[in-house]
Amino acid sequence: MSTPVETAEVIILGGGGAGCSTALHLAQRGVRAVLLERGLVGGQASGVNYGGVRQQGRNPAELPIARRSREIWGRLPEIIGTDAEFSETGHLKLARNEAEEADLIAYLDTARQHGLPLRMVGRNAIHRDYPWLGPSVLAGSFAPEDGSANPRLLVPAIAKAARAAGAVIHEQTRVTGYYHGAGRFELTAEDGRRFAAPVLVNTGGYWGGAVAAAFGEAVPIQPLNPNMAVTEPIRYFIEPNLGVVGGNVYLRQIPRGNVILGGGHGESEADPANGRPWSRPLAEVTLETLRHAVRLVPALAGVQLIRSWSGIDGQMPDRIPVIGPSRTTPGLFHAFGFSGHGFQLGPAIGAILAELVTEGRSTTPIDAFRIDRFPVAAATAS
Amino acid sequence: MKVAVIGAGPAGTRAVETLLAHGISPVWLEESADGGGRIYQRPPAPLARDHRTLYGFEAKRAAALHSAFDAARSRADWRPQTLVWHIRPSTRQLHTVSQGQQAVVDYHAAILCTGAMDRVIPIPGWTHPGVTSLGAAQIALKSQGCAIGQRPVFLGSGPLLWLVAYQYAKAGAPPAAVLDTTPFATKLAATPGLLRGGATFAKGLFYITWLRAHGIPIAEGVSPIAIDGAEDGVTALRWRDAAGREHRTECDALGLGWGLRPEAQLADLAGIPFRFDAVQHNWIPERDLAGRTPVAHHYLAGDGAGIGGAEMAELAGRRAALAVLQNARTPIDTAAAAALDRKLAAGQKFRVALERAFPFPAKLAASLPDDTILCRCEGLRAADIRATAMVDYHAGVAPELNRAKAFSRAGMGRCQGRLCGAATAEVLAAALGQPVEAIGRLRGQPPVKPIPIAAA
Repeated sequence: MSTPVETAEVIILGGGGAGCSTALHLAQRGVRAVLLERGLVGGQASGVNYGGVRQQGRNPAELPIARRSREIWGRLPEIIGTDAEFSETGHLKLARNEAEEADLIAYLDTARQHGLPLRMVGRNAIHRDYPWLGPSVLAGSFAPEDGSANPRLLVPAIAKAARAAGAVIHEQTRVTGYYHGAGRFELTAEDGRRFAAPVLVNTGGYWGGAVAAAFGEAVPIQPLNPNMAVTEPIRYFIEPNLGVVGGNVYLRQIPRGNVILGGGHGESEADPANGRPWSRPLAEVTLETLRHAVRLVPALAGVQLIRSWSGIDGQMPDRIPVIGPSRTTPGLFHAFGFSGHGFQLGPAIGAILAELVTEGRSTTPIDAFRIDRFPVAAATAS
Repeated sequence: MKVAVIGAGPAGTRAVETLLAHGISPVWLEESADGGGRIYQRPPAPLARDHRTLYGFEAKRAAALHSAFDAARSRADWRPQTLVWHIRPSTRQLHTVSQGQQAVVDYHAAILCTGAMDRVIPIPGWTHPGVTSLGAAQIALKSQGCAIGQRPVFLGSGPLLWLVAYQYAKAGAPPAAVLDTTPFATKLAATPGLLRGGATFAKGLFYITWLRAHGIPIAEGVSPIAIDGAEDGVTALRWRDAAGREHRTECDALGLGWGLRPEAQLADLAGIPFRFDAVQHNWIPERDLAGRTPVAHHYLAGDGAGIGGAEMAELAGRRAALAVLQNARTPIDTAAAAALDRKLAAGQKFRVALERAFPFPAKLAASLPDDTILCRCEGLRAADIRATAMVDYHAGVAPELNRAKAFSRAGMGRCQGRLCGAATAEVLAAALGQPVEAIGRLRGQPPVKPIPIAAA
């Protein structure tokens, strides 16, 4: 006896920010899309990240997507019915020595080329404008259109909007069988349910690597486990989202008073032989991050840390995602391995993939993210 | 072999004593300044009183445990005022903070004896100053020799309700009322099983009889309505009796509690799986009678491994230490281990009867009025939790507890759900129309309790 096959025009594998926004954009274009998610939507990298909505400092190749995404961030309430606590606080990237300062200055040109508003905050202004910064801070660059949002809300809200627009989203659906033949993808879930469509979109995050490998184009992807923590609520005084050149600490405060901070990496088992993938923060990494944070903002000394966590993202060796059509399988499109940059980009990824799927092209340049930048043999060997 | 014992209550003390007797001096980590645990907490030296005054019927047991603790302390690597805030089972490391200093403790085997805390149900007005848990009311008396009020009301269910009321009356602060939410008939039905508990059961009866004889107002099968209060504290409790009549009892303090819940965050962080125990109505970490867990080298004993009470905790602490020794192929008295196993098994049967006599009033929690503050750290009301179960919620329906936490911030404050988690689960489960065990449990995340950033 064979299980009936659920068919669609597009199957999306993976319900993070990229997958859910793809479901939304396809549904808005009238395409019948089915999204399959192994856990709950937004449960991994999209849901447990820092919540930074940051454009400055990005790899220049990502800036066109980041700009497009930022425009969507500003319209979230009309698109998904909530702003997911997005707040345009500005992002202040800090330099702690002259070399780091030179880095910030050099990036001003990159920002200008992409129309990203960005200005230096010099050695005098930095302590005048932000008197709570510690003496270790030399200068900063301020991106007024950047900010932060609540990662726990964004993806579930996009998924809700996608469903309302007609997309089908199956959570708790772990795909274990992949087949492509006669212009049709057939996927089998762990529990035997089957799904088929002529187009497959791979937005599987870290696990997107396994999907690519199933279609003969393995890539050198690694799990990335951001080490995150949050303090008890204290008086609100840190308005901008803060980062540093080199990225060993980043922190932001929400108006409720909690300071969210990250830096370094936790540990994980992304492909356990039994049970579900897990990730956890490492105590020594948390403590190291706290020391960096106190040097940036001395007033954080004496504040209580109440929680820490991690998650599983996919990291590529060159720290930019894989986006675009498969080189081996017609009808397969990838968008995974966001290397810690996916939260801000997510809303635009759906728009780009919807263009790719329905028109065969993207209005935003994505050439830098081609999967064939990784030779198949090299990845297989690793 | 390096063994770490976490906790110096009845379970931890007996575990350490047993290890010492077999030539192993463990690292012994305790969050408070002294041994004895919450049940046999000792006052600081200037407030010292005799065991009879402090512990009543439990005086002999308390004295025995204290002397065992005093003898063991100097022979172990005793580290008081030390919070174990994270554990890494793969490398077998504990992360501790003590008086602002961070440290790492390596171990070959760890026995987690982390105890329990009160299980509370928020009721309207519970955030007024002067409202405390039954356990905290008892500790104020035992440790500091002070009462939570001159005319307190005690509300809840379970053996602690009657014990605390008795202790307050004896200490010169007679309760304005002792209000039990469990109907008398429920307790009566459990009597055959309770008789197994022998002395424990008899003590319970004694407290109730004594309180009645001394004119303390007692009511069973009550439903709390609300705690009245002003800025400076509690003024009265409004409640309904078993017949549905409304009452208002004036008071200047209120202690409430419905049994205990394991303090099992460290077991959670160690990766030990949990199961829902329908009788205790608690999630408890998996272990066998000897305290062995599915995570090798990690053992559990005492109330942190499922509520069993102090007497059982002492046995379990001894047994877990023997299990550690057995695993290390150290010769032990196997007959003694078998005798402990028999007593622990018998104790579990009594526990089942006790839990049936004082069942957790899940309905009371589930039916809290919408405007009752549920998660006091985050200022969330019952309605805020119920909203996450509604189809029109802005981020979609939360199908389980951790998702409701992610959406609403319930359990994301300083207490990390230790205080509000049980009631939050009931409210969400009822709103989803699911049994409470179907919606999962709040995931433990380090630190186990808040740690100061200055200590980084």
